Amino acid sequence: MKMNGPHGKPKHNGVVTLAHGGGGSAMRKLIENIILPAFDNPLLAALEDQATVSLAELLAHGDRLAFTTDSYVVTPMIFPGGDIGKLAVCGTVNDLAVSGARPLYLSCGLIIEEGLQMAQLAMMVESIAQTARAAGVSVVTGDTKVVERGAADKLFINTAGIGVIPAGVNISASRAQPGDKVIVNGSLGDHGVAILLARNELALEAEVVSDCQPLHGLVTAMLAVCQDIHCLRDATRGGVATVLNEFATSSKVGIRLTETAIPVNETVRGACEILGLDPLYLANEGKLVAVVPASHADAVLAAMRAHPTGHAAAIVGEVTAEPAGRVILSTALGGYRVVDVLVGEQLPRIC
Amino acid sequence: MQYADEFRDPVKARTLVDEISKLATPLSKARGRPLQVMEVCGGHTHTIFRYGLKTLLPEDTLEFVHGPGCPVCVLPMGRVDDCIALARDPNIIFTTFGDAMRVPGSAGSLLQAKAEGADVRMVYSPLDALKIARENPMREVVFFALGFETTMPSTALTVLQARREGIRNFSLFCNHITIIPTIKAILDSPELTLDGFLGPGHVSMVIGNRPYDFIAERYQRPIVVAGFEPLDILQSLWMLLKQLQEGRCEVENQYKRIVPETGNAEALAAVAEVFELREFFEWRGLGSIDHSGIRMRAAFADYDAERKFTLPGLSIADPKSCQCGEVLKGVIKPHQCKVFGTSCTPERPLGALMVSSEGACAAYYRFGRIDIKPVALAPVTS
Repeated sequence: MKMNGPHGKPKHNGVVTLAHGGGGSAMRKLIENIILPAFDNPLLAALEDQATVSLAELLAHGDRLAFTTDSYVVTPMIFPGGDIGKLAVCGTVNDLAVSGARPLYLSCGLIIEEGLQMAQLAMMVESIAQTARAAGVSVVTGDTKVVERGAADKLFINTAGIGVIPAGVNISASRAQPGDKVIVNGSLGDHGVAILLARNELALEAEVVSDCQPLHGLVTAMLAVCQDIHCLRDATRGGVATVLNEFATSSKVGIRLTETAIPVNETVRGACEILGLDPLYLANEGKLVAVVPASHADAVLAAMRAHPTGHAAAIVGEVTAEPAGRVILSTALGGYRVVDVLVGEQLPRIC
Repeated sequence: MQYADEFRDPVKARTLVDEISKLATPLSKARGRPLQVMEVCGGHTHTIFRYGLKTLLPEDTLEFVHGPGCPVCVLPMGRVDDCIALARDPNIIFTTFGDAMRVPGSAGSLLQAKAEGADVRMVYSPLDALKIARENPMREVVFFALGFETTMPSTALTVLQARREGIRNFSLFCNHITIIPTIKAILDSPELTLDGFLGPGHVSMVIGNRPYDFIAERYQRPIVVAGFEPLDILQSLWMLLKQLQEGRCEVENQYKRIVPETGNAEALAAVAEVFELREFFEWRGLGSIDHSGIRMRAAFADYDAERKFTLPGLSIADPKSCQCGEVLKGVIKPHQCKVFGTSCTPERPLGALMVSSEGACAAYYRFGRIDIKPVALAPVTS
C-alpha cells in the first residue's frame, strides 16, 4: 500500500472533497489509504457490506449481548487529554463496560465536512485505531459520508459497539437498595471544564486535562471482587447528579451524598467557582458511578484504587429508603440541599 | 480556593448558627411570629440554598424573604421581545450574558430565537462584545446591558472604550436598573412585615453604604451589607439580630474586605458620564417603579440601541396567575404560589422568579422543594 512518504511517515495532503464521499475511486482511495491501514483487521479488510462474527466466539465470553450506539460532535476536535477520535471509542466502550460487558467490536461512521484537512482526518482515524487497540476492541465495520461545507462541523463520528455480558452479572439502574454505598472512580468535571477552557472563549488560563479514558478494565477489576454490583453508569453529559437521579428514580430510593467526600480537582473547583458551575453536573468521559452492597464497598474501593483509572476512587454517599426518588447533598457547611436534575444547559450566572 | 474555604468553615458556621438561634427566639416571641429578614441580592439567595443555610437555621423563629435582586428575573417581557426583535435583524449580532438567554418574552426566549436563525452570542463580559464588534466591522453588534450597579461600571467603561477607539458598530440595549428605588418601593408596601435587610455586597462595592441610610433613618429598619460566602451571610444575620436585640437601626458593613464606606469613585464617575435615570421603569412582578431604570445619556446616542434602531417597545402584562410580586414582598413563600411547580417550572418559567438560578422560586424548586429530614449517616470512610 503506497501510503508512506519519503521518510516513512504517513503523508496525507490536501482536503476532503465531496468526491471522497461519492462512492467512486476517490472514496476507495480514502478508505484504502487512511482507514484500512489504521484499523487493520481481517473482519474489516474483507470490505463486505457487513462484518460477520461467529456466535460461538461471542458465547465464549458470556450469555448476553450488550449493544449500544453514540454520536460524537465535540468542538474543538482536539482538546487537552484527547480528541474526537479517542472520545468516540471511549464513550461507546464505556457504555458497554458499565453493563459489565466485555467490549468486543465497534462500528465507525464518519460524517466529514468538505474542506477538512486530509492530515487531520488521518490523525483522528489513527486516534480511533490507537484507542481501540488499547481497549482491546476491533473496528469491524464502518461508513464514510462527506457533506457540504456548513452541513457538519469538520467531523462527526458515530460508533456502535457490541460486547458480551458474563453470566451472573446483573447491573441495572433499578437495583439500588437502602444501605448500599455510592462510589466514584475519581475527580469530577475534568472533561467539562477542559472543553470549556479549550474553546478559548473565557479569559481563564488553567491546565485541565480531560479524563477521557476507557473504563472496561476498571469494571472487570470491580466485578472480580464483587459480582453483585447493583448499579453502574458512566457519568457523561449531565454529570454524576443526573446519573444518581436516574438511580434514585428507577430504584425508588433516596441517595444521600456527602459533599466533603466528593473528589474534585482544585483547578476544576476554581473554574466552577468563577463561572458559577456545579461539578456534580459537569460532563466526564472517564468516570463511573457505582452502587454496591455495603458489605462489599471496601473491597470494591480497594480494587478500584489499585487500578490506574480508579486510584482516586472514593465513597461519596449511600442509599437511603427515604425520600424515594430524591438525591440529597449534605453540604460541607453542615446543611443539606436537594440535587435535582438539570434544566437545559448549565449556563454561567451573571453576577 | 484556600481563601474561599476559610469562609465555609463548618465549625464556625455551627457557632454562628447557635448564636443566631439564641437571639432569634426572644425576638420572634415578642413579635408573635418568626423574624423576617430580606436578602436583597439574588447572589445571597443562591448561597443560602446552595450551602443549605436555611436547613441549619431555626425555621420557626427566622424566615428569609428573597428580595428582588436578580436582574434577569425582574426583566419585563416587553424588553425581552425588544431583544428578540433586535436579534432577528440579519445585520445585528446580539450579544448577551448566558442567564438572559432563557428569559421568556411574550413569544419565546433568545435561546429560541437563536435556534430559529438569529445571531445571538453568549459573552462573559461587555468587552467580549466589543471585540466581536471590532472583528465584524460590517455588522452591528448590540450588547444586552443588564444588572444593578454591580455591572453598570463595566458596561460604562466598555462604551467609553468604544468611543476612544472610534468603533461605530457597537451599541448597548440598556436595561440596567438601580436598587435603591426598588427597596423603597418594597418598604412603602402596606403589607410589609420585614424586620431587616441583608444589603447587596457587590452593589455596595460600587455605591458604598451611605445610600442605605434612609432605610435605617426613615423606615427604622436595620440593614447589614453582606458578603456572599456562607459565613458572611451567617455573620451578617447575627449582626442584624444583634441590632434588633439592642433596639438599634443602623447601616452596618459586614463585607468590609470588599466594600469601601463611600464606594468606588472611579466606577461611579464612569457610570455618571454614560448613564442617567429614566423617569420610570417597569419591573416584572413589581410593576412600574419611578427612577429605577437607567438609560444612556444623549451624548452617547450613537451607542444606544434604543435610539439607533426601531424597537417594538410594547409593554406586556405579567400572566394573571403569576404571584411573583407577592413573593418578592415576602407576603407568600415561593411554594405557596398557585402555579409553583405546576404551570411554572424552570423549564417553562411563567414568572420572573423562576427564570434564573438566582431567582427565589428557581432556588426553591431546585434545592428545597421537599421537607428534608436530617438523616444520621455513618461517617464516610474514604
